[in-house]
Amino acid sequence: MSRQVNQVKLGAEFIADTPHRESNDRCLWAARMRRDKVAATLPEWEQMRDLASGIKEHALSHLDEYLVQFEENLASRGIIVHWAETAEDHNDIVLDILRSHHVATLTKGKSMTMDECAMREHLESNGIEVNESDLGERIQQLDNQRDSHIVMPAIHKLRTDVARIFAEKLGSDPANDDPTYLNSVMRADMRKRYVKAQAGMIGCNYAVAETGTIVMCSNEGDVDICATVPPLLIVTIGIEKVIPKQSDLPLFLRLLSRSSLGYDITQYTSHISAPAPGQEIHVVMLDNGRSERLGQSYWPVLKCMRCGTCMNTCPVFRRTSGISYDANYMGPLGLALMPSYDLHRYARLPFSCTHCGSCGDVCPVKVPLPELIFYWRQVVVENQQSLISHDLEEGLMGAALRNSTNLQHAEKLGLWALRHTPSAIAESGINPWAEWHSNPVPPEQTFREWYKDNACHNDKKTDK
Amino acid sequence: MKIGFFVPCYIDAIAPQAAISSFKLLRRLGLDPEFIESAACCGLPMKDMGYARTACKVEGAVASHMAGYDHIVMPSGICADQFRNHFEDVPQTPEIKQICHAAVDLVTFLHDIIRVDSLPWASFPHRVALHNGCHSLRYLNEARPSELMIPDFSKAADLLNLVDGIEVGYATRRDECCGFGGTFAIWDKSCSGQQGLDKVNDYARNGFRYVTSQDMSCLLHQSCVARKFGLDIKFYYIAEILNGDAK
Ligand code: SF4
Repeated sequence: MSRQVNQVKLGAEFIADTPHRESNDRCLWAARMRRDKVAATLPEWEQMRDLASGIKEHALSHLDEYLVQFEENLASRGIIVHWAETAEDHNDIVLDILRSHHVATLTKGKSMTMDECAMREHLESNGIEVNESDLGERIQQLDNQRDSHIVMPAIHKLRTDVARIFAEKLGSDPANDDPTYLNSVMRADMRKRYVKAQAGMIGCNYAVAETGTIVMCSNEGDVDICATVPPLLIVTIGIEKVIPKQSDLPLFLRLLSRSSLGYDITQYTSHISAPAPGQEIHVVMLDNGRSERLGQSYWPVLKCMRCGTCMNTCPVFRRTSGISYDANYMGPLGLALMPSYDLHRYARLPFSCTHCGSCGDVCPVKVPLPELIFYWRQVVVENQQSLISHDLEEGLMGAALRNSTNLQHAEKLGLWALRHTPSAIAESGINPWAEWHSNPVPPEQTFREWYKDNACHNDKKTDK
Repeated sequence: MKIGFFVPCYIDAIAPQAAISSFKLLRRLGLDPEFIESAACCGLPMKDMGYARTACKVEGAVASHMAGYDHIVMPSGICADQFRNHFEDVPQTPEIKQICHAAVDLVTFLHDIIRVDSLPWASFPHRVALHNGCHSLRYLNEARPSELMIPDFSKAADLLNLVDGIEVGYATRRDECCGFGGTFAIWDKSCSGQQGLDKVNDYARNGFRYVTSQDMSCLLHQSCVARKFGLDIKFYYIAEILNGDAK
């Protein structure tokens, strides 16, 4: 059985690291503030969210038609389409294509869908050199660590961390953490790799069925180099990325960058619809459980367009970092999605949430994240994936709260909320409340007692 | 108009002043609230942790005491949300549906139902930070969440502004969750504690010495964190100010 991820424990380690925590929180909160500012300039913002959600729901409920249309359009212009049912199928297909073209080294743009398949690791273990071209992703690759955010993979790191990693792996000056310098180190190193690359790989933001266009949004320009310089291009697309019409696209482009980073639009929006002369393009359409999810009550999670703004706004995510989720998708999206990949491994994730509801309100396609997180809590409990201490808690609280007489006993035993509940759910035996809180000042009497003394005779005048 | 008054378990035990001020305020406004003495807990803590079956037992038990009121006022946004939006583990009989519909948070009740437009007895000549609790804000629609690009409104601020001499303000991160989250505070004490500390530091940086909210559970958490870290801030449940009890 897979090992269960303990987000709380990993998160506590990050919280204790003040410089990293403060930087992560500050950068992501700044993105959320920029998002609020640019969204406020569009009077139609909320209508846009409704519309985008509606288009996604329509596309998902007609996926069979739109996928066929998309494939036919690609094929008519000489793009070769493959269908991968599982992550393993995906990796086998990609490896086959690369081997048949004798590819030894490639450059790859950022793609959560490829990461979901653990593709880089698979290719590397088969002797193929994979060079991540996105700056943040490259930092994470060199540091041998998962992404901490789907849009900003190394946002949890400080400049000094990057200087150290580049010095170790690329031979740069460890004392120089100037961003311009670090960028130039990355650029100089990648240029050599772009020239040598025999293939490029990219993901896809939107797959337009009507025109057979692969649309890719990025800010660094690396995706376009990956897509156009080498003679062979492989694109991985999750089947939920399809949208019906070209005329739907502007709506999504207007929402995407404003939501994720708070800028009006991404620096680059690339539309790929046919191979350049002498180029070969393969598209791998990935299912990996998506068509199964489509038939489940949590299917609205498939509307997600991976903008990452739910992570930027999440108070838990900002303080614990995406690393603490130890998952391909993290933050509120991760809570709502990862249990469907491995219920046991991610059983604790849905509880890493205060239910503040902010994620649901920022999501540009209205994925009902709070409801989905709630849903998974119940599924976890029903499937006994929970912790033994949870059951203790249920027993105690269920008995104490079922009627007011029991409750009064519980009160007399002393502030149940602080004594019974904590010691039952906390992993440590000691009072977890005390680490961050003073105990509340005990009131002289409960409301019930006050009511008996003062108000129950319904003498309104005495109250005034 | 038959009005029931529900006192959430945690308020009864730890923060009775919130209920006392609310109860007195309702009477002062000429109403005759009936304290539903036999009702205990709304089932939220179990529901929150995913225990639908236990929540069901608790919901069923509490509901049996709550029938027959036009409005059931409760001084707690988080519990009102539980009744109104999540009371779904018990069979949805017409009686249960009526109870869920009748359940209402004090602020919504004062602002939308009896439309209070003056509080001549209340004076609070201070600058006070208003913390809109997440449930009141995003699930009960008592104010515009900063995430939504809709016209601005705040029911709690409207009520507070009826108080003589008050100046209502906000923390810099106005709507950020303070980290209480019910059982979350115990499940993830570090994150909850850090969120609480960030929140009270935000008040302190902005020079606030008073904080109010329509959600007492947030205030309990925040006040205990503030005291632990030596911050001199006073926390009042909104009815304490509206009834003129806060000094
Ligand atoms: S769930 Fe919504 S907010 Fe989160 S990444 Fe997906 S589209 Fe963005």
